[in-house]
Amino acid sequence: MEIKKNIAISESGFVFDPNTGNSFSLNDTGKYLLELMQAGKNEAEIQQAFLKKYDVQASVFEHNFYDFMMVLQTHGIVN
Amino acid sequence: MKQTYNIAVTGLNNTDNPGPGVPVIRALREAKSFDVRIIGLAYENLEPGIYMENICDKVYQIPYPSSGAAVLMERIAYIHGKEKIDVLIPNFDAELFTFMKSEAELLKMGIHTFLPTIKQFEERHKSNLPEYGKKYGLQIPHSKPISNLLGISSLQNEFEYPVLVKGKFYDAYIAYNAVQVQNHYNKIAAKWGVPIIIQEFIKGTEVNVIAIGDGTGTTIGAVPMRKQYITDKGKAWGGITLGDEKLLEITRNLIQQTKWRGGMELEIIKTRDNKYYVIEINPRIPAWVYLAVGAGQNMPEVLVQMALNQKVTPFENYDVGKMFIRYSYDLIGDISQFEKLSITGEL
Repeated sequence: MEIKKNIAISESGFVFDPNTGNSFSLNDTGKYLLELMQAGKNEAEIQQAFLKKYDVQASVFEHNFYDFMMVLQTHGIVN
Repeated sequence: MKQTYNIAVTGLNNTDNPGPGVPVIRALREAKSFDVRIIGLAYENLEPGIYMENICDKVYQIPYPSSGAAVLMERIAYIHGKEKIDVLIPNFDAELFTFMKSEAELLKMGIHTFLPTIKQFEERHKSNLPEYGKKYGLQIPHSKPISNLLGISSLQNEFEYPVLVKGKFYDAYIAYNAVQVQNHYNKIAAKWGVPIIIQEFIKGTEVNVIAIGDGTGTTIGAVPMRKQYITDKGKAWGGITLGDEKLLEITRNLIQQTKWRGGMELEIIKTRDNKYYVIEINPRIPAWVYLAVGAGQNMPEVLVQMALNQKVTPFENYDVGKMFIRYSYDLIGDISQFEKLSITGEL
């Protein structure tokens, strides 16, 4: 999955989709995930970076990561 | 030194169902290429734009279009005699026909307008929208005009409920069954007459485009917006400019094919599977025009320039993510102002 082009993510975690006018607020972990995706990291690289920064088990990360991807997809943030 | 134009503007009803007059005037006062003296034309003596500061320099009451073109033109001629109007910008759907019909007469007096042609105005009527869509390649929800209550009983053969029940100029309600259609029919017909338009209800996000065409097929400006907050009358109370290229493409194609002249507003429903259904085409500048000005396209300014046969350059861009938020505000007036307008028809 990749983030749609033009999606703007601010320092504060505010996400704006200029195509639809929708906006969202992310917490720190959500913002970090989106930044990694925007930097073009693949899933394995995202997991590696995330586990390095946060104290979380791989299985818990995977479960939550896929949930998050579903939310992003529902809101049209990712393709 | 900039030239000062006397510009007459209608639609001063800056209420919860606002006319475009006040935002048009704000835009004109911010014009870079000319200065303005604003002549407000009001139908009712409590239209807020009459009393707002720095909006109108002078206000005249004018008769409703239903009084007939001759009566209206007589009044305009009187006002012109006093004010030397350079450009007139009508802002109500219901008055446009009269002003379009009187365009040559107005010009003879020296009053310039920049309005759609009668053909452009007529063919985009809500009751003609399905044919319009076929002609110009637009996706339109299935619609049917009905002119009497007998037409309601056969709707279930053509439509699935809910449906939209719309007036020919204003008002739209959702109806979930034939009884509700009948209620809305009666309410709208009493106010705006027939036909009433029954339209398939398309689920999605309402997006609008404000645009202006030069009459030769060129889009001089276009800004798409999504309503963020909608009043119980279906009017935008807040909105945000979008960077949706498809909306601009639909608009440019339409203006190119129709050679649209003047301001317009496209009302579109964007579905979840990215289909764009045009639900209405308004032949004038919409009340949210000031958002386009804030985003970098002063459409009332170019409209005046085109009305005066001046050369204009199409806008190339606008700011995405600009927002407008309406607000209500209590003005304090004095009975003497109301008295003056009521008795003399001028303020």
